[in-house]
Amino acid sequence: MHSIAVERVSKTWNGVAAVEDVSFTVEAGDLVALLGPSGCGKSTTLRLIAGLDAPTAGRIVIAGREVTGLPPARRGIAMVFQSYALFPHLSVAENILFGLKVRKVPRAERDGRLAKAAETLGLAPLLDRRPSQLSGGQQQRVALARALVAEASVCLMDEPLSNLDAQLRLEMRREIRALQQRLGMTMIYVTHDQVEAMTMADRVILMRGGRIEQNATPAELYDRPSSAFAARFVGTPPMNVVPATALAGRDWALPDAAAGGLGSLSVGVRPEAVRLDPAGLPAEIVAAEYLGADTLIETRLGGVPFVARTAGRIGMKAGETIHLAWSAGDAHWFDRASERRIA
Amino acid sequence: MKSRLSAAVHGWLLLLPAMALLVAFTHWPAVASLVESFTSTPRPRRPSRFVGVANYEQMLADPVFWQSLVNNLRFALGTIPLAIGLALLMAVWVNDRIPGRTFARMAYFTPTILPMIAVANIWLFFYTPQYGLLEQVTAALGLPSHNWLGSRETALAAVTLVAVWKEAGFFMIFYLAALQGISPTLAEAAALEGASRWTFFRRVQFPLLMPTTLFVLINAVINAFRTVDHIIVMTRGGPDNATSLLLFYVYQVGFNFWDTSYAAALTVVLLVMLAVAALVQYGWLERRVHYR
Ligand SMILES: Nc1ncnc2c1ncn2[C@@H]1O[C@H](COP(=O)(O)OP(=O)(O)OP(=O)(O)O)[C@@H](O)[C@H]1O
Ligand SMILES: [Mg+2]
Repeated sequence: MHSIAVERVSKTWNGVAAVEDVSFTVEAGDLVALLGPSGCGKSTTLRLIAGLDAPTAGRIVIAGREVTGLPPARRGIAMVFQSYALFPHLSVAENILFGLKVRKVPRAERDGRLAKAAETLGLAPLLDRRPSQLSGGQQQRVALARALVAEASVCLMDEPLSNLDAQLRLEMRREIRALQQRLGMTMIYVTHDQVEAMTMADRVILMRGGRIEQNATPAELYDRPSSAFAARFVGTPPMNVVPATALAGRDWALPDAAAGGLGSLSVGVRPEAVRLDPAGLPAEIVAAEYLGADTLIETRLGGVPFVARTAGRIGMKAGETIHLAWSAGDAHWFDRASERRIA
Repeated sequence: MKSRLSAAVHGWLLLLPAMALLVAFTHWPAVASLVESFTSTPRPRRPSRFVGVANYEQMLADPVFWQSLVNNLRFALGTIPLAIGLALLMAVWVNDRIPGRTFARMAYFTPTILPMIAVANIWLFFYTPQYGLLEQVTAALGLPSHNWLGSRETALAAVTLVAVWKEAGFFMIFYLAALQGISPTLAEAAALEGASRWTFFRRVQFPLLMPTTLFVLINAVINAFRTVDHIIVMTRGGPDNATSLLLFYVYQVGFNFWDTSYAAALTVVLLVMLAVAALVQYGWLERRVHYR
């Protein structure tokens, strides 16, 4: 089992920073998700760890050994590429076995691993096809299989499930997690899907504009987001973040920290923490969305949208007024200018 | 119905100019050569008449024809693999991220831009006895003097080398274009799996280049049978027909000896050989090289 340490790594492309001063460690046997919006530097970080690109500054250490200058093959890793990188002239089976053949793994062993991977990923009927004869999701599973048969102690995955349908994605998520735990792999898993990150990972590293916004366990990320950005990125629907001035005069909603004045603060409340209470803040309903188990009520507070989630169906329409309340512990306070958490 | 007809007429009208040129300068001469090969060459007192396969019988008994055929096959076997191999090597090399690769690409491509006559003149200087470049080098090394183009043993090899030098750069361009079409992530995936440069070439690049290789091969075969300029400039088929290639012999028979009917028969044989080669390559090889 191998740990990974990324120490103060930066990567610039022609003077533009793709990754800036990023540091984190991945404990041996952990699955860490790199989460963030498109273009925030997730793939770049992964490619630096894999050795496909060289960092402009910083060190990368795998299993206690510095690998910053080593070629990819000497780092002992497997990787799933965002673009799959399947060999178009080879069959599915040959694609999966490519690396094992290069490394001269004995035939019986190879065939065993191929059969296992093909079964796990539902590729058995497709083994003789060429990549061009597969659907996008099938190609993605071949790429996944190629990384899994390597049974490397470190596995890097760049959005390996982005092309699968919801049902298959759910299955694959469990499958990858189970496999990772059974084999004790150390895995870095890139995704822009927060559900994937929250459900699979031991830790989630949230990135934004080439920097790490927050590095925390899924529960921490949800319960104590370190910034308004992190607060909005995690959870569906996202957390409401409104100017604190909207709460002026409501003592039940104001913490001691707000004594200095509300002008420089914003307050965040998750839709699921909001309840309807006659003593709460009045707000006019803009729209109501019925989801079956519950209803999302969109209102406006302090001039910005504010969503509340209530169980079941409510018998109210747009234009009517409701009263919103939450317990003080459910409010998150952020500095309005820097967006950082203050309490 | 009417619009479909007018569309068809429209299409044919668009094809007409090119078609007229092709018919006038390619199809008709080919057919005319075939017809003429069954007649005798017209002489001032003896007009042309039908002679059946007499020209072909003459060919079978003609030692210079056989010599030219053998020369041509050896020329082809020399140029084709060497030019293609070299082109592939150069393309793979200048495709990698090396310093000065634009310069290297240009340098390799230069021979292609030069007219064959100019190329032949350059190499004529290299091969010149006594004061040619090659002679000066061998002399400096203390090796005996040798007349490369003037001796039967080395003349064919010498002109073969010129053709290789001329063609490799041209074929390299096709390989280079094909290599740039291969996604760089394939190289990254192979590198991650621990594949060496050679393994990557053998297992990935070379198979993916097969369609290009087929195309280049067909061109190389055709070129090997229609190169004639540098022979005319450098050796005029000599010494003692040692560098006489088929097309050069056709030229000699037709325009030096003015035996046009015999030249037509030789042309037909050359055309048939090229057609068979093209059919084999397209019909048989093509089915084996395409992976999509
Ligand atoms: N080869 C390159 N040359 C120049 N800029 C690059 C290169 N590769 C990436 N970038 C830039 O670096 C930034 C980070 O890119 P990266 O591919 O890491 O994003 P990402 O987080 O993986 O996004 P996505 O979710 O869309 O895949 C982007 O702004 C991108 O434009
Ligand atoms: Mg990416």
